[in-house]
Amino acid sequence: MNALDWIVLLGTIIGIAAYGTWRTRHTDNLNTYLKGNHSTKWGTIGLSVMATQASTITYLSLPGQAYENGIAFIQNYFGLPLALILVCAVFLPIYRKLGVYTAYEYLGQRFDTKTRLLGAGLFLLQRGIQAGVTIYAPAIILSTAFGWRLDLTIIFTGLVAIVYTVTGGSAAVNLTQKWQMAVIWAGMLTAFVILLLKLPANATHIAGAMGKLHAVDFTPDPQLRYTFWSGLLGGFFLSLSYFGTDQSQVQRYIGGAALREGRLGLMFNALFKIPMQFFIVMLGALLFVFYQFQPDTPLVFNQSAWQRQVQGPAGAEFRALEEQHAVLHAAKQEKIRAWVAAQSGGDITAEAAARTELAAAQKASDTLRKQARDTLYAAAPEAKKTRDSDYVFITFILTQLPHGVVGLLVAVMFASALSSKAGELNALGTTSTIDLWRAFRPLAAHDEARNVRNAKWFTAFWGLFAVGFALYVSFAENLIEALNIIASVFYPPLLGVFLVAFFFKKVGGTAVFWAALATQLLLLGLFFYGKDTVAYLWLNPIGCAACIGFALLFQALSPARPPATT
Amino acid sequence: MTKKENNDDSPGVPGFRTWRGVYLFVFGCFLLVVLALTLFARLYA
Repeated sequence: MNALDWIVLLGTIIGIAAYGTWRTRHTDNLNTYLKGNHSTKWGTIGLSVMATQASTITYLSLPGQAYENGIAFIQNYFGLPLALILVCAVFLPIYRKLGVYTAYEYLGQRFDTKTRLLGAGLFLLQRGIQAGVTIYAPAIILSTAFGWRLDLTIIFTGLVAIVYTVTGGSAAVNLTQKWQMAVIWAGMLTAFVILLLKLPANATHIAGAMGKLHAVDFTPDPQLRYTFWSGLLGGFFLSLSYFGTDQSQVQRYIGGAALREGRLGLMFNALFKIPMQFFIVMLGALLFVFYQFQPDTPLVFNQSAWQRQVQGPAGAEFRALEEQHAVLHAAKQEKIRAWVAAQSGGDITAEAAARTELAAAQKASDTLRKQARDTLYAAAPEAKKTRDSDYVFITFILTQLPHGVVGLLVAVMFASALSSKAGELNALGTTSTIDLWRAFRPLAAHDEARNVRNAKWFTAFWGLFAVGFALYVSFAENLIEALNIIASVFYPPLLGVFLVAFFFKKVGGTAVFWAALATQLLLLGLFFYGKDTVAYLWLNPIGCAACIGFALLFQALSPARPPATT
Repeated sequence: MTKKENNDDSPGVPGFRTWRGVYLFVFGCFLLVVLALTLFARLYA
């Protein structure tokens, strides 16, 4: 990065944060601090919902995942539009009608205090952990790629988010997310256009021939991680939990000028989320094609860790692997050209034979890459904290984009980290204030200034907690999946409780409370002892159904049946 | 909330008189997207 990149990066990130802080510095009304401005329109709400959901992991890791495994991950989002329709039709009108600040406040009104505390507790537990992951994920990749200090990168990102979120609350989060999304889209589109200009004319056909464009798989196998069915059913329940019961999302659409604004903001996401994710995974698939034709395609994309080994005492072993890679890479290029020639010649038999040879060349290349990664991890175990594919897009940014655009793309990574982080901190602070502090101090509910002050303290606390968690906890799994896996283990009981609240009026608080706890134990058991037989997305429908089933059973066994209040 | 909100208020979107119409439109778009992705995968696989 040169001076121009730094100007673009710091100007964009600090400029947006400073603008948000300055514009909302006088926010001292509780409603505005927790729900945002009354005049917020659907466009701002829609962008805010999108910005909260899409963290840096979406923009940094997802292209790498598509580079490695193709675009099948897109199926993960198939349940999202349907879930958003249900949230619009059922969840949102009830939240607005009751005028609640948090989703868990509703549980208190519908059931009892212990169920409200359970809901808030489950949210704080899993979102608190995720807040640490979302701050750690970009920091580890960017610090490795740029040679920055990991701790300083985490602290910088965390502090910037804390400053404007504490100052302006939800109003600041909405305002900054709008501009951060503008930076993200500008940067991603620029990178995409530059990539397209560098690709051969038949790049999409090559990606397809090399197995990267299997977008939809209708195989009904529960062990397969991404299929149409797991995406539709598992994704539906995961999205319903996230958008309907997770305060970080509920807070984004619960405010606004009218019910209509929240609904249209959610419908905006229902329409554009899948196309947006398709654009990101296609970026990864096309990066794969791009690197097939580069003479210096790295064997391992985490070049920082790799080069340290090449120049270290065991360098000969690593250089030997690089030499094998150069031979295989050149041979694969020949196979690709042969396939392109056969395909354009129209000879089906020759095309099939060339495709088989190409697949064999790709398999040999994949095997060598795996061997290289294993060798690297054995020599430098700290490199295992991230997947090598996480470095694919950042390598492209650093080596192929002009100065200025590099700064813009790094700004994209920070903007996405800040936007999701701010939404999370805002929700964690709000839930701590409304569902914990106020639940135990009901007499303080009318002291608005004290409520705002406490919300600010809680927001700052969770920000520092996330920074501390990111500084001291190591993550070994793939980061984007880690987020979804945590959500799939902790969300289903919460969603089950809300579905019982909405649709099973005869079930009372005690039955649903114990049902949620029993479901949580079941899911933890399934996750730790049954993960080889059930892909994690299926935990969502299983957990949700189990919670409803347990609640109905416990209610039937219960001697007292309290009538529903809402 | 200063005024009571009606769950069945008009969405105020040109071409749609009810929220049910908006939901059906979004659902229809979703089906089209899945169809397009399936055809895309078949075309290039």
